[in-house]
Amino acid sequence: MASESELKVTPLHGLHVELGARMVPFAGYDMPVQYPMGVMKEHLHTRAAAGLFDVSHMGQVELHPKSGDVADAALALETLVPADILALKPGRQRYALFTAADGGILDDLMVANMGDHLFLVVNAACKVQDIAHLRAHLSDTCDIRVRDDRALIALQGPGAEAALAAVGADISDMVFMDVRQLEVKGTGWTVARAGYTGEDGFELSVPADQAERIARNLLAQDGVAPIGLGARDSLRLEAGLCLYGHDIDTGTSAAEGALLWSIQKSRRPGGNRAGGFPGADTLFAQMADGPSRLRVGLKPEGRAPVREGTALFASTDADAPQIGSVTSGGFGPSVEGPVAMGYVPADLAATGTEIFAELRGKRVPMRVADLPFITPTYKRK
Amino acid sequence: MLKFTEEHEWLRKDGDTVTVGITAHAAEQLGDLVFVELPEPDTDVSKDDEVVVIESVKAASDILAPLDGTITEVNEAVVDNPTLVNEDPMEGGWFFRMTLSDPSEMDGLLDEEAYRKLIE
Repeated sequence: MASESELKVTPLHGLHVELGARMVPFAGYDMPVQYPMGVMKEHLHTRAAAGLFDVSHMGQVELHPKSGDVADAALALETLVPADILALKPGRQRYALFTAADGGILDDLMVANMGDHLFLVVNAACKVQDIAHLRAHLSDTCDIRVRDDRALIALQGPGAEAALAAVGADISDMVFMDVRQLEVKGTGWTVARAGYTGEDGFELSVPADQAERIARNLLAQDGVAPIGLGARDSLRLEAGLCLYGHDIDTGTSAAEGALLWSIQKSRRPGGNRAGGFPGADTLFAQMADGPSRLRVGLKPEGRAPVREGTALFASTDADAPQIGSVTSGGFGPSVEGPVAMGYVPADLAATGTEIFAELRGKRVPMRVADLPFITPTYKRK
Repeated sequence: MLKFTEEHEWLRKDGDTVTVGITAHAAEQLGDLVFVELPEPDTDVSKDDEVVVIESVKAASDILAPLDGTITEVNEAVVDNPTLVNEDPMEGGWFFRMTLSDPSEMDGLLDEEAYRKLIE
């Protein structure tokens, strides 16, 4: 792990420290894990009012087509991701995966069609290799611009829309997964109505040198509180969303990760642009045969959290072989109990199946549960 | 008599009985507790036995028996409501009561001033 002196900081670092955050190293950045409110209250506050998250450590990348036609950037990106990018309308974004030649997942990302270019948001821990990957494969067709001059602020929860309206951002007609460029008091924002909490909310890409002013302005609105990485993790886990490097990685495929919904018909066998992304043959074979294991939600009985890395068993027999492991797990403050995700054999992946986690030498029963654990409040049309 | 351990436990002696909990400093460092597993009463324990399991939003930790003795009573209130440990660590958030095999051993633990220096 990088020593503290080597850690990078986001444009909001000074504000986090001023707000009393406990800072931890995360993906090479010194980031707030919690504020004085604490993880549990921060989590509940986000679902009840609004939470402001600094996600400026994530990578923001623009793909500008050299031809001037955004369809050429879309077709180029489709050589790296299995999602349908060509059909993505201007002002819309969707979830995508960078796949590897063996069908594994290199990273997950958001892709937005900005009309004349594509806008990508990638994970902090993967951004260096993602950008190298894009440059290696798309440089002929696209001008690749890394927007490290931009900060990224997420505002999530039922109070997010009103808080944005109060600071002059006209976003009330946006729906889930809409993306829009707008000017707010002379500053250019790129706003997506999306997030990582299961709540209605927004991600705001803003100039780095304006980020602290904008964050302070948002924090001054009714019900808006700063939220750290601790609550971000419990919120996304309750929402059933994957954390790259934990729930999905180079050793899991989109089929195993239960992420086939992110591969539209056009890119599947029989589609008009079927395949053409790394690992397509492997993935299509898995889709035809059914993957041998699947990512599922797991609801432990009792109160004890079952955490990442915990071994899973089909029975309480001491000689029963391990069948899988937990990839994310903890306490869900809104669920008011422990929640987890993990991989189990496909024949044990049906909702309600009893599975056992080995916890401190004891086999604790859990049940395969539908994801998400909470009901999302995304604003649909 | 109030004493402390380097493991961030407090011990309050009242007659023959010693009540044990974790300090406000430890509770703050751990973050919100979400799970507490207590020992059975009438259990004989040796110093450093893992007697209580606690889990915060972040991680699991063990609470060790501070000295040799017998657990006499446990605080079911913190099992039902683990955040009580965060809200009231030195009073309502206690974990268990015990009698000591050798009551004089308590003299060897940290006093309040020594503990305060430890966490500075």
